[in-house]
Amino acid sequence: MEQSNPDRIRQTPSQTVGPFFAYSLTAMQYGYPYDSIVNHALLGADTPGERIFITGRILDGQGNPVPDAVVELWQANAAGNYRTAPISPKDNDGTEFTGFGRVGTGTQIGAKFQFETLKPGSVANGQAPHINIVLFMRGSLRALYTRLYFSDETEANAQDELLNAVPEERRHTMIARYAEAPGGISYHLDIHLQGDQETVFFDI
Amino acid sequence: MEPTNFDVQPPHLYPAYKSTIYRSPTRPLLPVRELIRDLSLPVFGESVLQKHDNDLTKNARVNGEPIGERIKVAGRVMDDSGRALPNVLIEIWQANSAGRYVHKAEVHDAPLDPNFLGGGRVLTDSDGMYSFYTIKPGAYPWGNHYNAWRPNHIHFSVLGHQIEHRLVTQMYFPGDPLFEYDPIFQSVPQHARDLLIAKFRMDWTDPEFALAYQFDIVLNGRYQTLFE
Repeated sequence: MEQSNPDRIRQTPSQTVGPFFAYSLTAMQYGYPYDSIVNHALLGADTPGERIFITGRILDGQGNPVPDAVVELWQANAAGNYRTAPISPKDNDGTEFTGFGRVGTGTQIGAKFQFETLKPGSVANGQAPHINIVLFMRGSLRALYTRLYFSDETEANAQDELLNAVPEERRHTMIARYAEAPGGISYHLDIHLQGDQETVFFDI
Repeated sequence: MEPTNFDVQPPHLYPAYKSTIYRSPTRPLLPVRELIRDLSLPVFGESVLQKHDNDLTKNARVNGEPIGERIKVAGRVMDDSGRALPNVLIEIWQANSAGRYVHKAEVHDAPLDPNFLGGGRVLTDSDGMYSFYTIKPGAYPWGNHYNAWRPNHIHFSVLGHQIEHRLVTQMYFPGDPLFEYDPIFQSVPQHARDLLIAKFRMDWTDPEFALAYQFDIVLNGRYQTLFE
């Protein structure tokens, strides 16, 4: 066990989000009588740019989709900049790009998650376009962090510092698959909590 | 470099809490602290707050007051160097005084309260302080093992300033006799469990209105202090 620095105050321990988060964290998505500060759209109705969908599932160690997880995405805009101005729920009606989304996996068939966003630009040299993912769920005592990369960014992915820190045979667990769907371009990523395909999670 | 303060954190796999068995990563986490620096989290302002978001005794009233013991919960959010963190969004949810959640998947046979939702949110002020009113939540049974009961608790979701500040946790009440039977509480190393238990604060009480509890929240502050 690692020793903590005595000059530091002890951090508050993490606890599971549990199964009953929806009426607070994702109320409108689940139809509860409370407003939501964030939803599946990381942009407004009139935000310029080509929309993409991010879809996927979270699969447990028995291969079953997890129907009670919270998925958060946080990403840069198309120019590679993270939003620093305060986000308002009204942004979903306008032209702004927030870069932040949150959904629960309990409202779509097959426990899928789906987000609507723009493809991010590269944030810095040595970083391929990517989206930060944070997961919470019943049965998870701590937040799980990973990243989503894009399958059509082969060259940039090959230069990415973080991907290169991952054993080659596991890199694909963070790369979302490009697909052309009737509604537009989508990228699909299944997140495996365990097993041969176990996703790479981070010590943040 | 300061190591992650794992010695207060629960492990991913804690078999007594059965749902962790198939939902916890089995491989070592990728150390990314050199690769992910200065990644801020989204910022929210006053525009996300509705009038009674910080008063769960008022934000879902239909035809009267919610039933139960009215309490105030307050505290400071800071990083682990003790620096107060202003403008941190805290989202909360909890069971009602009978131990029943509004959630549709909840099957516990205890009454719903038509005047209580159990959801709310609050932002920390310039001193990192937050405060909200609510009804003291009840204990409730769950299916982890025979005769399993959760101690009284309030769920907290905290969006600090940096990516390493994202925290979801639960606040407990002092002296709860269910602590020793609850694997979720017990998943935290014994010496750190006190960090999840609010302190009763007689001096913060609103006389003739509500008893008060203090729950300070300390977030991982590694990156910000790295260059000091």
